[in-house]
Amino acid sequence: MAASANVRLRLETVRLTALFDRNAAVREVSILFPAHTVTAIIGPSGCGKSTFLRCLNRMHELSEGGWVTGKVLLDEVDIYASDVNPIQLRRRIGMVFQRPTPFPTMSIYDNVAAGLRVNGRRPRSEVDEAVERALRQAALWDEVKDRLHASALELSGGQQQRLCIARAVAPEPEILLLDEPTASLDPAGTQRIEELCHELKRLYTIVIVTHNLQQAARVSDYTAFFYMGRLIEVGRTSDLFTKPQVEQTEQYITGRFG
Amino acid sequence: MSARTVRRRITSGVMTGLVAALSFTAVLALLLILGDLIAKGASSIDWAFFTKSPVPAGETGGGVANAIIGTGIIVGLAALIGLPIGIGAGLFLAEYGSGRLGFMVRFIADVLNGTPSIVIGIFAWTWMVKPVGRFSALAGSAALAILMIPMIARTTEEMVRLVPHSLREAALALGYPRWRTSLRVVARTALGGIVTGCLVGIARVAGETAPLLFTALGNLNFSTDVRHPMQTLSLQIYVYGTGPFEEWHRIAWAAALVLMALVLILAMVARRATRQRYGRVR
Repeated sequence: MAASANVRLRLETVRLTALFDRNAAVREVSILFPAHTVTAIIGPSGCGKSTFLRCLNRMHELSEGGWVTGKVLLDEVDIYASDVNPIQLRRRIGMVFQRPTPFPTMSIYDNVAAGLRVNGRRPRSEVDEAVERALRQAALWDEVKDRLHASALELSGGQQQRLCIARAVAPEPEILLLDEPTASLDPAGTQRIEELCHELKRLYTIVIVTHNLQQAARVSDYTAFFYMGRLIEVGRTSDLFTKPQVEQTEQYITGRFG
Repeated sequence: MSARTVRRRITSGVMTGLVAALSFTAVLALLLILGDLIAKGASSIDWAFFTKSPVPAGETGGGVANAIIGTGIIVGLAALIGLPIGIGAGLFLAEYGSGRLGFMVRFIADVLNGTPSIVIGIFAWTWMVKPVGRFSALAGSAALAILMIPMIARTTEEMVRLVPHSLREAALALGYPRWRTSLRVVARTALGGIVTGCLVGIARVAGETAPLLFTALGNLNFSTDVRHPMQTLSLQIYVYGTGPFEEWHRIAWAAALVLMALVLILAMVARRATRQRYGRVR
C-alpha cells in the first residue's frame, strides 16, 4: 500500500496470524492502516475478516481458544507486547459490532457515558459535554436530545447502532473498528452509517469489515481482500475495484465466487 | 364440509378439551388447598391473631404473633446469609464456571438441591445445636440458608447465561475489566431474573418445617433472641395441627392460611419482577 510520507502511520500488522487452538483463521497478514483513512476488509464468509478485526483490539484472545502470533503496531508499539494492558488498550480502540448492543439496563445517556466512566470518575459537566459531542458525531443528537434518560431500547435498530457508535467514540479512541455495522439495518439506516464513516475519518482511523462490495467502494479509501484467512490483495479502493492485480480478487468483485 | 375437515375439527376439539381438563386438574390442587384453608382458617383470623401470642393450652383466644415474627426473623436471617453466597456462586458458575472447579461447584449444588431438607436439619443440629447445647433460631436460619444457596446459585446461573454474549463483548471492547463487565453489565441485565429466583427461594424455605424441628425447635412464647428457640408458622402448624385440642387445630388452620398467603404474595412479587425483566430486555 502506498502510504505517502505526509500521512502519519497509525496502525500496522506484521505477519499477524490468529488461531483458534491449533487452527489458523488468519495467516500472516501484513497490512498498513494510514491515519485518517477508511480501510474496508472484504471477502467471502469465513475468510477470517472478523477474526482479523478482533485481533486489532485484542478481543480475539477472549474467544475460546483464541491466540495470536505476529505483531500489531499502534504508533509503532506492539500491542501484544507483554507490558501492554489489553484493558487499557481497548479504551484507545473503539469497536462497533454487527448487531446493535446497547446496554439494556442503561439510559441513552448512560450508554454513551459507559466508556468514559470506566476510565475513572469525571466531573458531571465534562461527561455531559463528551456525551453530547459523541452523540453529535454519531448524528444521533437531534433525535435523542430530549430523551437522554429514556431507555436505550426505545430507539430503532438504526438509532441503536448509531448509539453504539456514539458509545465507541465517546472516550475519543484513536482507531474505530466496525464489524459489519450495517448487517442488521435497513437501507436508510445503512446510508446514515456510511455517511458517518466519511465524517468520522477526519477524527479517527477506521477499519470496516463488510460483506457488501458496494459499501466498501462507497466508504473506503483502501480495500483489503481476504480469502481463506490470507490477505490476497490490498490497495486504493478505486484501483482494487477497477484494476485488481490478482485473479481471485477479480473473480470475487465481479461476483464469480464467494 | 368434507369428511376430512369434520374429522380434523372433531380431533382438534377433543384434544383441546383434554388439554384444558388436564390444566384444570393441575390448578385444582392449589384451588382445593386454598379453599380448604379459607373454609377452615379464615373464621379464626382477627386482629388478635396477628398481635397476640399463644395462650396456655385449654384457654381460648390468643394468636400467632410470635410465629409470624419468628418466621420473619429466621427466614430473613437465612436470606441474609444465603442470598449473597447463592448469588455470588451463581455469578461464578455463569461467568467463570467452565473449568473443573465450576463443574465441581455445579455438581455439589445439584446434589445439595436434591438433599432432603431434614438431612440438612440434622447437619445444622450436629454443628450448631449440639456443641452449644441449646436449640437456637440461628441454627434454623443456617439450615434454611444451606437449603437456599444451591437453589439461588442455579437460578442465578441460568439467568446470567440468558444475557446475550454480544453484550459482554460490547463491554469488554469498551475497556471494561472482566469483573466490572460481570457486575455492571451482565448481572445488571439479569437482575430481574435473579431477584425472581431469590424470591422463589425465600418462598420455598419460608414453608420448611423439617430442618427447623431440631434447630429453631419452636417456642410458645414471644421471643426475638436468635440464640434461643424461636417459633415459626410452619412449626406452629406442625405442633398445633397434631395436638390434642380443638382450639389448637383451629389456630393451625388459620396459621396455615397466613403462611400460604405469605408465600403467594412473594410469588406474586416475583412474577412482577420477571415481567419487568421481559419488558426491558428484548
